Amino acid sequence: MSYTTVVGLEVHVQLATQSKLFCRCSTQFGAEPNTQTCPVCIGMPGSLPVMNREAYQLALKTSVAINCEIPAFTKWDRKQYFYPDLPKGYQISQFDLPMSEHGWLEISDPKDRFEPKRVRILRAHLEDDAGKSVHDEVHGRADSEIDLNRTGTPLLEIVSEPDMRSAAEAKAYMQELRLLLTHIGVSDCNMQEGSMRCDANVNLHIDTPDGKAATPIVEIKNMNSFRAVERAIEYEAGRQYRVWQETKQQMGDVPKQTRGWDDAAGKTLGQRSKEESSDYRYFPDPDLVPVLSTPEEVEAVRASLGDLPADIRRQLADDHGLSSYDADVLVNQGREVLAYFFNAAEKSGDYKAACNWVTQDIQRVLKEQEQSIDEFSISADQLADLISAIGDNRLPKSRSKDAFELMLTNEIDVAAAIEKLGIEQVDESALVTLCQELLDANPKIVADVKGGKQQAIGALIGQAKKKNSNVDPGQVRKMCLELVEKM
Amino acid sequence: MAITRDDVEKVALLARLELSEAEIESLTTDLGQIVGYVDQLAEVDTDHVEPMAHAIELHNVFADDVVRPSLPREQALANAPSHNGKGYLVPPVLGD
Ligand SMILES: [Zn+2]
Repeated sequence: MSYTTVVGLEVHVQLATQSKLFCRCSTQFGAEPNTQTCPVCIGMPGSLPVMNREAYQLALKTSVAINCEIPAFTKWDRKQYFYPDLPKGYQISQFDLPMSEHGWLEISDPKDRFEPKRVRILRAHLEDDAGKSVHDEVHGRADSEIDLNRTGTPLLEIVSEPDMRSAAEAKAYMQELRLLLTHIGVSDCNMQEGSMRCDANVNLHIDTPDGKAATPIVEIKNMNSFRAVERAIEYEAGRQYRVWQETKQQMGDVPKQTRGWDDAAGKTLGQRSKEESSDYRYFPDPDLVPVLSTPEEVEAVRASLGDLPADIRRQLADDHGLSSYDADVLVNQGREVLAYFFNAAEKSGDYKAACNWVTQDIQRVLKEQEQSIDEFSISADQLADLISAIGDNRLPKSRSKDAFELMLTNEIDVAAAIEKLGIEQVDESALVTLCQELLDANPKIVADVKGGKQQAIGALIGQAKKKNSNVDPGQVRKMCLELVEKM
Repeated sequence: MAITRDDVEKVALLARLELSEAEIESLTTDLGQIVGYVDQLAEVDTDHVEPMAHAIELHNVFADDVVRPSLPREQALANAPSHNGKGYLVPPVLGD
């Protein structure tokens, strides 16, 4: 018997504003508990929320980037429930008229483990965040401590359709979303700091002799990394299959269950469901007025986005001949590294070489030194010069890594590095003379080459290096073969 | 639409209200009358009236994204039934 895993994701991203969604308290992460609150965000009577323009703009930008339709009219509603980290007693969210709907995000796997596909997006809506509970288990105290600094931070909730068919697809969706959102600068999408959070709805479609059976949907919470998303879904699929074999329970037989991912144990664990939690009694928030947008405003946002990661990957592969794997690796380095790459590639005209330097040597150095590309001591222009020097044989390929290291440690340009390495350019006529002398002195090698044994030339390369340390082995080989042809 | 005792008990639970027997009795009557009044409004023909989402004719009211000072922590915590000077203290939440 076989089954298909069906996954839909609800992703919350914190929008990169300075102040909160409905008040002007700071959104800075890591402040002392309860030092970033005011009467609005802690729900004091008589306070009045006013929407942050930047938060709305960032939400709109994101919605357009994920190909959503933007309705002309949107409004905010109160979602009511009681929880200690929700001081107002309700969350300001969007119910029946969200600010965007019917979008999609394309996912693919550079290693081709699944076919490229479009994951449909049901809706994306703007809402405020809750606070945080800190449990003082170390001291064994009974009380929980509540920090309301995060309360009121702007969140965009992006709800996908159940279009993913494996844990790998779900992880790819999360990664593509993070890449896109960090690229357009609307969020830092840091899962550890909670600025990107994800809940997964998972069930199985099982082939049975009586047709297809669907297992009850389970919502998985508490996944704090991309790896956790992948592991939790993989685990949950296996668990649901075991439960189904035992109970034959199908969707509708039991209420929707919530399970928490325990990363250390590698398991999802059942959570006690909140009483009547599905009855949020939404109603329009009378403190806030609706937002209207025109097609012209939406078009202006679309135009401001520029090339998105998917476009750039396509250009790199189609227009500049990079493999789709290379294009993916490059785009995943982020916007700053990409800008550096384009500078070096355009100036040197060699995209493949620029890609190799950026994704290999430069990435290695950045990792070792814990540097960002802005702090890297070789500028894009200097890298382009290095690539050009190799291209026009001023720098033998065999010495290029040495030149790179010298440029890096001594903060010099490629010309200075070439000089420091003692590389003098061997001009064409000197090379011809040198090779001809060697061939004349080694008639047996010439005879071997003429007899079809090209590799015999190898013996001459060492001799050439002895006579002139600056010659490039590749050029010696090429020149000797050309001269033998004429002999 | 008639309001039953069950409706009142459910709404009370959602609102975390603990009601006495007598209160449940009287609220069932009161809520029934309020809903009855709304039912009466529903008889008005609104087929050609555009729905409205808000009682005032305003839209697109925004504030600039500029940080202003927050409340000092002592003030923020001042009204809490229990705090430790850093955070609000609440009984542990089950099922968390
Ligand atoms: Zn505030």
